[in-house]
Amino acid sequence: MADDKKTPLFDEHVRLNALMAPFAGYCMPIHYGSIIEETKITRTGCSIFDISHMGEIIVKENPENCSLDMAITVPVTKIKEGSCKYGFLLNENGTVIDDLIVYRIKSDEWMIVVNASNESRDYETIKSRLSSSAFIENISAGVAKFDVQGPKAYDVMKKIAGTGLAELKYFTFKKFPLLGEDRIISRTGYTGELGFEVYLDNKNALAFWNEAIKNGAAPAGLGSRDILRSEAGLPLYGDELTEEITPVEAGMEKFIDFEKEFTGKAALVKQKDGGVEKKLCGFKIDGRRTPRHSSSIVKNGSAIGTVSSGVFSPHLNCGIGMGYVKPQSAEIGTVFEIDLGRGTASATVVQMPFLKSESIRMKL
Amino acid sequence: MNVTEGYFYTKEHEWVKIDGKKAKIGITDYAQHKLGDITFCEPPEKGFNVKQFGVITGIESVKAASDIYSPVSGKVIGFNGELEDNPGLINSSPFEKGWIAELEISDASETKNLLDAAAYKKYLEGLE
Repeated sequence: MADDKKTPLFDEHVRLNALMAPFAGYCMPIHYGSIIEETKITRTGCSIFDISHMGEIIVKENPENCSLDMAITVPVTKIKEGSCKYGFLLNENGTVIDDLIVYRIKSDEWMIVVNASNESRDYETIKSRLSSSAFIENISAGVAKFDVQGPKAYDVMKKIAGTGLAELKYFTFKKFPLLGEDRIISRTGYTGELGFEVYLDNKNALAFWNEAIKNGAAPAGLGSRDILRSEAGLPLYGDELTEEITPVEAGMEKFIDFEKEFTGKAALVKQKDGGVEKKLCGFKIDGRRTPRHSSSIVKNGSAIGTVSSGVFSPHLNCGIGMGYVKPQSAEIGTVFEIDLGRGTASATVVQMPFLKSESIRMKL
Repeated sequence: MNVTEGYFYTKEHEWVKIDGKKAKIGITDYAQHKLGDITFCEPPEKGFNVKQFGVITGIESVKAASDIYSPVSGKVIGFNGELEDNPGLINSSPFEKGWIAELEISDASETKNLLDAAAYKKYLEGLE
């Protein structure tokens, strides 16, 4: 852990007695006492997550002749200024190098938010696909990022950034005055609840964190974040998305604009038309056992797939998971077994998300 | 970390409380703290004969699945049924309400292979 990078909040996490563990090359807070409690607070009140490990890449380019549009699946020239959109950076064969969110800051400027574990590779890959006239900069090292999430997130954030936040619709953003600077706040998140993502200069990280806590947010770590994203049916890079998997296999076609060109498109079109060998499904365990990453999925005694991730859902009171199986076994209602080492557990394929919150798109 | 006087302990962080021919077992405060929120405790089979330090059952937490080793040999005669709906009792009360199984023990002298409270406390200090 000594070699791992630290976020600007490292000392504060240690002071709060967080359990710290290596994640994506950073020493990150897993929880501050109880993963389950932090999960529940995010669904009833408001939590703040330090996710400053995430990467941010700026691209500036003429939208009339835009090589960025071809480099990733996101239709960057169609997004409105002030909106953001989810998508992928793909290999030529359609497999996923990373999943990302693109913010259109100006007509000719975008911010791409990527996973910490892939940040430098994403930067190099995108750079290699841009035309020489495009500008690209990896600003990750100077940016602190916080997710303020939960049905009471607006009540907390309006005291810090003002009631102007109410005009933000889901997946839009704007610059707001924050601790003396104009900073991007987006109405996005990774929990399935109402929430905001805040991008700050490192030097203001602790001041913002303290303000959020003073105004009612509770610290939450990556442990609860994993349960929350699983309940919301959201994929995690490294589990559901890897360089062995395409967005079509992951059931993510709805996030892809097939009207435009992008690297990897031909492979995806072929799968869309010709079918896939494996497909992501979400399943509920009959009982309290937890499926784990790489557990075997078994039907009638033979292996039919592998669990990509699983957690215990404190809101559904059962184990839930996602995994890759043959397409016919991914259909809703399919029953199979998960091999858990000490015995098996019965599971049923269900529609994701496992849990739907009212707050995520609520009017503020 | 709390350690209860009068119990015996394993280096794997289980405890046993012996009461004549019967014994209750569970996991220690240190163990529950390391595991995090407990989400499932498997009921051990009634009548199952377990050897000292043999696997008696398994538990799962938000972080991992772990085997539980029996501090003494004996026959399983009971399971703490409250854990079925509320395995978090192991977190909130590891030495009392969060007991896991009851055994009919075969050899009380096996405690010589275990740590008493003072020795376990010392053992924990070496781990931290």
